[in-house]
This record gives sequence, structure tokens and C-alpha cells, in this order.
Amino acid sequence: MVSGEMSVSGITSKPLPIPGSPKPGIGYFIREWWGSYPITQLAVLIGLIGIFWLMGSNMVHTMHRLGIQPGFAFLSQSANFAIGESLIAYSPSDTFGRAAFVGLLNTGAIAVSGCILATLLGVSLGIARLSGNMLLSGLVRWYIEIIRNTPLLLQLFFWSAVTHALPPPRQAFNPLGILYLSNRGVSIPAFRLHELSLVTLAILVVCIAALFAFYKVRSKRSVRHGIIEFSAMGLLAVLGFGLAFRLSGASVALELPLLRGFNIAGGFNLTPEFAALLIGLVVNSSATIAEIIRSGIQSVPSGQWESARSLGLQPGRIMRLVILPQALRVIVPLMTSSYLDLTKNSSLAVAIGFPDLVSVLNTTANQSGQALEALAIIVVSYLAINLSVSTIMNKYNKRIEQRGFLPR
Amino acid sequence: MTALFYTGSVRPASSAHWQKWRDGLFGTRLNIFITLATAGFLLWTIPPLFRWILLDATWTGSAKDCAASTGACWAFIGAKIRFILFALYPPELDWRPALTIGLIALLLVITGTPRFWSRHLVLLWIGTVVTVWILMAGTLIGPSVPTGRWGGLALTLLISVVGFACAFPIAVLLALARRSKMAGLRTVSIIFIEVVRGVPMIAILYVAMLLVPMMLPGLSPDAFVRAQIGLTLFVSAYLAEVVRAGLQSVADGQAEAAASLGFGYWTTLRLIILPQALRSVIPALVNLAIGILLNSTLIAVIGIFDLLNAAKNAANDPVWLGFYDESYVFVGVIYFALCYSASRYSLWLERHLRAAK
Amino acid sequence: MRAEQNQSHGWRTKIAAGLVAAATLFTGIAHAGPTLDKIKQRGTIKVGVGTSPGFFAPDGSGKWQGFFVEFGRALAITVFNDPDKVEFTSSSPQQRLPALQSGEFDILLSGVTVTITRAFKLGFHFGPTIFYDGQGLLVNKSLGVTKGSDLDGATIGVQSGTTGELNIADFFRKSGHKFTPVTIEDSNEFLKALESGRVDALTQDASDLALRRTLLKNPDDYILLPERLSKEPLAPAIAAGDDRWLEIVNWTVNATIQAEEFGITKDNIDTFLTSEDPAIKRFLGTDPSLGEAIGLDPKFAYNIVKTLGNYGEIFERTIGKGSPVGFERGYNQPWTQGGLLYSPPFR
Repeated sequence: MVSGEMSVSGITSKPLPIPGSPKPGIGYFIREWWGSYPITQLAVLIGLIGIFWLMGSNMVHTMHRLGIQPGFAFLSQSANFAIGESLIAYSPSDTFGRAAFVGLLNTGAIAVSGCILATLLGVSLGIARLSGNMLLSGLVRWYIEIIRNTPLLLQLFFWSAVTHALPPPRQAFNPLGILYLSNRGVSIPAFRLHELSLVTLAILVVCIAALFAFYKVRSKRSVRHGIIEFSAMGLLAVLGFGLAFRLSGASVALELPLLRGFNIAGGFNLTPEFAALLIGLVVNSSATIAEIIRSGIQSVPSGQWESARSLGLQPGRIMRLVILPQALRVIVPLMTSSYLDLTKNSSLAVAIGFPDLVSVLNTTANQSGQALEALAIIVVSYLAINLSVSTIMNKYNKRIEQRGFLPR
Repeated sequence: MTALFYTGSVRPASSAHWQKWRDGLFGTRLNIFITLATAGFLLWTIPPLFRWILLDATWTGSAKDCAASTGACWAFIGAKIRFILFALYPPELDWRPALTIGLIALLLVITGTPRFWSRHLVLLWIGTVVTVWILMAGTLIGPSVPTGRWGGLALTLLISVVGFACAFPIAVLLALARRSKMAGLRTVSIIFIEVVRGVPMIAILYVAMLLVPMMLPGLSPDAFVRAQIGLTLFVSAYLAEVVRAGLQSVADGQAEAAASLGFGYWTTLRLIILPQALRSVIPALVNLAIGILLNSTLIAVIGIFDLLNAAKNAANDPVWLGFYDESYVFVGVIYFALCYSASRYSLWLERHLRAAK
Repeated sequence: MRAEQNQSHGWRTKIAAGLVAAATLFTGIAHAGPTLDKIKQRGTIKVGVGTSPGFFAPDGSGKWQGFFVEFGRALAITVFNDPDKVEFTSSSPQQRLPALQSGEFDILLSGVTVTITRAFKLGFHFGPTIFYDGQGLLVNKSLGVTKGSDLDGATIGVQSGTTGELNIADFFRKSGHKFTPVTIEDSNEFLKALESGRVDALTQDASDLALRRTLLKNPDDYILLPERLSKEPLAPAIAAGDDRWLEIVNWTVNATIQAEEFGITKDNIDTFLTSEDPAIKRFLGTDPSLGEAIGLDPKFAYNIVKTLGNYGEIFERTIGKGSPVGFERGYNQPWTQGGLLYSPPFR
């Protein structure tokens, strides 16, 4: 192509302002920023914008020809289709916009719970992989190899089949009489709050804030009795809250899942599609995370172990105080990308029938004809999710780089 | 806890091999517990699996024979292997997808052998990609077969290899643009890379399937070609980041030395920078290649008969209904064999290259 | 580097020229010609189909077979006088409508229900209904359910992107009952959901459910409820804005229906060539004036029936009593025999 000054590892001829010459103006900085071949760059840019503009106008033209009104007005029309599971109230008479929001929340629920569980499982596996016990580390090794070398879609089909292979609700596994495990999902007892007033909520917030403040103050001084003191305060806070809860007239009822009619009703229900997608994503990411943890721990020079040991530190404390803080510098950036992968992979929900963002918007596009708009919503939502996850993880990464992961 | 972390610092001599095993398995109380728990788990899972796969399996016969037994029905695979490997391709022309698979395998083996590493490899890739495409399409060589009938393992390998090959030049340009001092090109490159890496592949496939034809009415290529372009663009964003890492690893002095010898920009890039840059990211390239193969299964979502989709549909035949497990296990083994050998190869190569230095 | 910089001026000119060329190309193709020209230029008709045995499924050698597929072949005969100049591609219900909108298919023969929304808001035009159906419910006998309203509180499998998804929501809204939908795109997963007991019932076009029932491991454990939740007229669908292509579709389908009404079959058609009945002469093209006037091969109806048979023959061969599917004709009979099939006159 075109460059004399495009930098390939240092083919640079950056014109530095000559010392002593008059101070460079704003034009100089713009020119410096824009770089060489200004006209060609501009032509390429205009060309690309032109191509997009033409494709866009063709799109609008085609939509008009088919009688579809471009724009997002359809979002306020009634969706007329039902969605299997939703974190907020939703009925078919609600709008397309609300349906899309239901999908977004479902994606969020999968992504957040997936990332947490994948981290827990992945870290355990990563440590087990490094275990001196050959049977265990060998088993984990094969687990990782199999998971990482087969397609995620295939794994999801497998988990979907497994969750569907559970017995129907009338023959559900019912251990302890309170937990139902059937092909309708997992039903567990749930606490339902009644008469929860604002006052009670306010007291809860105050209790948490007080506990947090106490922790901040104490942790600055000594750590020696910190844990005991902190637990005592915690207990006090819980007791205080319990008392306030009773006095304000609120009550909590335990709701047990029960077989009623066709389904198991009551309690908290986790559908098989959610479970299959969650297990699939967690298992898949845990293999990657285990490898990240292993490489992170192995990246710490073995001299660190030896010197820590010679100081008489216990292995558990060596891990916590010496190895992990160093390993995390390698681990965290890699973890960020595996969290993002998990979130993006949750879009495979469409293949096993979980109503995530992509699946709901796909239906929306189909029933309303607004494919362009639906895809735009998908793209923008994922970019927003990505941006926020990377921002949070970058912040955390900075903190680790500065002072290690444990507050000292 | 002492023996829980094997950190590599305690390298036992080979005479102490058995010692290491004994310590690892039974050295401490915790290890005895772990060993027993793991062994229990294996005893609980392996025998039924073994029975299903081998002992109780039906190897020949019809669907009726299979229904009578409790084991796997490998007879089903025998009856359906043609469909799983070639899917809807006209059966009388089976040699074409078979030859395609062979040529691609040969290409990969040659590419993987360090002795053949030279600039001719680029020509070999271009040649093979063009050849297999013509072979599958049948242009010039006989009855032409529309892309709608391509499928199975041949399609999976084709779309992955073509995607990787076509993504390469795009990725190199993107990586160079992202590292350049020209703000216009840099911005375009950053936006493209970050947007593509930020959205799920399914979204890109939907754009290729649903929007592109409306944006290019009358000019739009067929569904498979659009999926191929979508996959290529998707891969190029990820590949660009790998190439960029490679470029960063090349010492500045290299380019300066080349410039002082009077080499131009593109000559320097071609002869000095890229070979070193790519060599340093070979493991990442192999990983990416594995990722492409595994991700290519997503094209099933837009109705293309790739290996996984073909396996799924094989079990949808009224005669052989519902042998999904066998079908999935079979293609699972194919994917595993391909990816596992690639990742082992990558490890071997890393050691080989380090030794060569 | 100086030398390269000089060359770059050539580059600029080239890029500018390329852009101008691209711009003209894009504006040029924005108004693409009508479907028929596109098809003739391409040499094949692109047809979107679904996947259920009997209606549309590739056989062992990868050749598509089925009731709707035969109408695709009939179209190829009308346009090219060659039943094989047609390319079938399977498309899931979720993708089929956008794919047609986008021009990926010339026609959908995947059992699309005619609705006013699709006609006005989604930009589709429908040919004559080729299969009259209604939405049914397939349930496990052990549940003891006899009608839809017994399913209060049940979990029901729906296939995404179909009218079924909307009808079932309406049905329960009307009765004030509750249900939990499990929306599944893939047809295999859809069926597996019922078999495994994940859902209490499946809802879908009754014909489709009847077919799927035969695919279950123990078909006798399941029953298709006699109740129909909706009207499902299934028709060929094309993208709006091409009247001529629509008329070709219309009269191709009508030809098969009219042939049955006349009693013309694949085997006896040649005996009709000598018929003196002016209506039959027009129909078979022995009087070429009609065909010439409409710009088609005057013998297109003859060619279709000679190659594929009339509507009744196509029905019997693919989904009728004689086929593994074994459907009754039901409403899908000529009006002369109490059905709904009615071809306007070939005049």
C-alpha cells in the first residue's frame, strides 16, 4: 500500500520539532496525529463511509419496497408471543421493547452466574491440575483436553439431552421432600417476604453500611484479632436487623415447591434450558480458566516458593501471600477475555431454546420484519456489555498491579 | 497440603519415579482421600460407559437390531457415515469431497512440517484453496454442484481452511494499520477489530445471512459464500490481534537495519518482519486455527450442513430415528482428534523451535 | 522511500477511480430487475423449504422429496420446462421470512401460513393455498387431556418463528388460562422435548404434528387432539413487488388443481390431447393462443401434469394414504368433491 512512515516495529521517521524553533501550533499537532498520506487516508475513509452509506440506502430502499417502515417505532407495538422465562413480569400483550429487555436480562443472568460459577470451578480445577496427586491431575487434564477440543455447540446439545433425560415432574427426584429435580428443572424452596416495608429496607441498608464502615476502620489497624472482631460485629448486625424486621411487622414465609397439576409450582425454579446453558458455559469456560490459573501459578518463578519456604511460611500462606498476588498479574487480563467469551457464547442459547437476547430478538425480527433494527440492538447491547466488563476488569487489574489482590 | 501443589521445583530424579507416584497418591492423609475419591468417581463412570461403547454395542445390522440392545448402535454410523462426511453432496460425485478432505489434510501436514517452511507455502495455500473450491463446485471439471449441497466434514474443513487463508492478508493489513501512525487508518482498524471481537459470531452470521442480501439486492452471493465471508471477517479480527502481538515482538533494530540496507517498506515487511513476527506467534496461530474449526459449527444455526449439523440430521432419518448419542459421539471424536492433535503439535513445535534456537 | 512516495500518487488516482466505479455499480443494482429475469439469468429457481418427511426432506442420495418440493419442481417446469432446474435449501422457520425478504430465495415452499400481517407488514405475497391445515396439540395420552382447555398450567413446546407461537399465546389469553412456553427453533429438539417429558404438549400445524408423531419412539403413547386452535392455510410465499412472478406461481399451482378437476392424470393426459373440449384445449396448450398471450410456454400445464401428475397424484404420492405419512385428503380436495381446492378458469 502506501506508507513511508507506517510503523512496522520501528520503521519510523517521526519529525521531532527542532529545539529552539518556534512552538508548534495546533495545526502541527493535528497533522502529527493524522500522520502521513493525509489525502489517501481521507480517500479511504470517505470510500468506506460511502460504501456503508450506499448499503444503508439500499437497505432502506429494499425495506420500503417490501412495505416495512425502517426505525424503532415497532418496539412499542404488542409482541404477541410468549417467553418461557423472565426475571420481570411479561405477558404476550407487552411490547417488543419489553420482550427485548426480558431477553437482555436473561443474557445478563446467564452471564453473571456463569462467570461466578466458572471462576469457582475453574480455579479449583486449575489447582487440582497442579496437584501432586497424579490420579487427580491426570483426570483433570483429560477433562480439560476433552472440553477444549470439542465444539461448544456439541457440548450444549449434550447438556440439553442430560437435563431432558431427568424424570418427568410426577416422578421427580424428591430428596428430603423439599427439592425437586425433574426435566422441568430444579425447584428449591424459596423465601417469600411479606409486608416488607421501606423502613425494614432502610434498616438493612444501615446495618450493611455500619458493618462495612467498621471493617474499613478496623482493617487499617491490626489484623490479628480482626476476623474474630469482625464476625462478632457481623452477628450483632444480623441480630439487630432481625429484631428490626420483626418489629416492623414484616414476615418471611418459606415456600416449598409442590407438584400441582402438570407442573411443580412454588419455590424457586431453574428451568432445564437455563440449567443446560449454564452448565455448558460453566464447564466450557472452567477448562479455559483452569489453564489460565495453571499458567499463572507456573509463571511465578520456583525460587519464590523456595525462599518463602525457607522463611518458614506454611504452604497455604505461601500460596495466598506470595504466589497468588504475583500470578494474578498474568491471570486477570486472561480472565477478562474468558468472561467476555462466556458472555458472547451465551448467544448459543438460541440452539437449545433458552430465551436470551439473541433468541428473543430473532423472534422479534421474524414476527415484525425489522431484522436490521433487531440486529442493531443485539450488536449495541453486546458492545455495551463488553465495554462495561472490560472497564470493571481493567480497574481491578490496575488495583492488583499496584498493590496485590489482598487488602493489606 | 504439602504435596498438593506440584510446582515443578521438585524435579525428582528418574530413580525416584516410583517414590513420586507413591507420595502423590498416598503420601498424606489428604492425598489418600483424593485418590480414593477420584478412583471411586472413575469406577462409577467408566464401566457403564465402556459397556455402552464396546461390550453392549451393536456393530452391524439394522435399526431393529439396535433397538433390541442397550449399548451403542455403531451400525447406525456405518449406514450413515457417507451422509455425515459428505451430507447432501450428490453421491455419484463422492470422490470430490473425499479428495477435498485429502487435499486439505495434505496441506495441513505440509504446513505443519518445519522443513517445508518457505515462501512457497503461500503459493501452496492459494493453490490448494482454489483447487478444492473448484473441485467442490465442479466448475470446468464436470457437473457443477451448488453450494447448497455441500456439507459434512468436507464443508467443515473447507470453510475453516478457506476462512483462515482469506483472513490472513486482511489480518496483516489490519494489524499494520492498527500499529501505524496514520490516525485515519488506525481508527478504521481499531473500530473494525473491536466491534467484531465484541459481538458473538452468531450476530455476524445473521448480518451475513439476513442483511447483506437486502443491502446488495441482486448482487449478493449465495448463502454459503456469505457465511464464508462472515467467518473470514470474524477470524480476521482475532488474527489481526495475534499478528499485532507478533509484530510487537520483533526488535526495532531489525527494521532499522533493513532500512539502512535500502529495503523498501513492503520488502522489509515481507522478507524481514513478517517471517519473524509469525514465527513468534505460532502457538497462538495454532490455537486460533483450533478455535476456527470449533466455531465453524455455529454455521449450523443458519442452516448450513456442516459436520455437526449433518450428524444431527443423520439421526433424523425415519429409518434410523433418534440415534443422536452415537452420532454426536462420532463427530465429537472427529473434532477431538483434529483439535487434540493440533494442540499436541503446537506443543511439540514450541519445543522444537526452542531447541533449534 | 522517496520512490515509493512517488508511486503513491498513482495509488490515489486508482482508489478514486475505484470508488467512482463502485458507486455507479451500487446505484445501478439498487433497482434490480424482477424475479423472473433473475431466475432465467441464473438458470435455476431458488426455493426455501423446511424439513419434515413427506413435505420436504432429502432422500438417501440427497435429492429433495416431498409434497411442497413437487410444487417447486412444477415451477421449474413452467419456467424452464425442466423439473431439475430448481435448487432447494432448508431454512428454519425463524430464518425463512427474512431470507425471502432479503432475496435469498425466489419463493418459499416451506408451509408458510397466509396472514394479513405477513402480507402487509412483512412484505410477502402469497400464491394459492396448497394445503389447508389448522393448529393442533400433540399430548401424551397418560395426561388424560382431551381438549386444549384442559392444559391449564401446562408447559407447551412451540416452534419459534411460526404462527403457532402467536396462536397459542392467543388461545390461552382468550381462555384466561396460564401456560409456560418452551420456545425451540430446531425441529429435532422440538420433538425430543415432548418425548423426554420436558413439555406436556407440542403445538404446531396439525399435519406437521401428525408427521412428527410417527417419528416418536412410541407413537401410540401420544394423541393429536381433535381440536384445532387456528386456521393455517399454507401457501407459496414470494417477496412483495413482483406481480408477474406471483402470477406464474398462481397458475402453476392452479394447473395441478385444474388438472385434477378435469380428471387429467399423468398417465391419461395424452388421451386428452385429442379432446375437442375448448377448455381442455386451452388448458393443455393444444390451442396455443392463450399461452402465447401470457408469455409462457403454451404447454406448461401439460408438461407439469405429464411429469409430476395432478394435485391429487402429488398428494397421494408424497403424503397421501399410499405414502408412509398416510394423510386423509380432508379439505384438500377439489371443490367438486367437497374440498376447498378451486382453480379459477384457464381462459
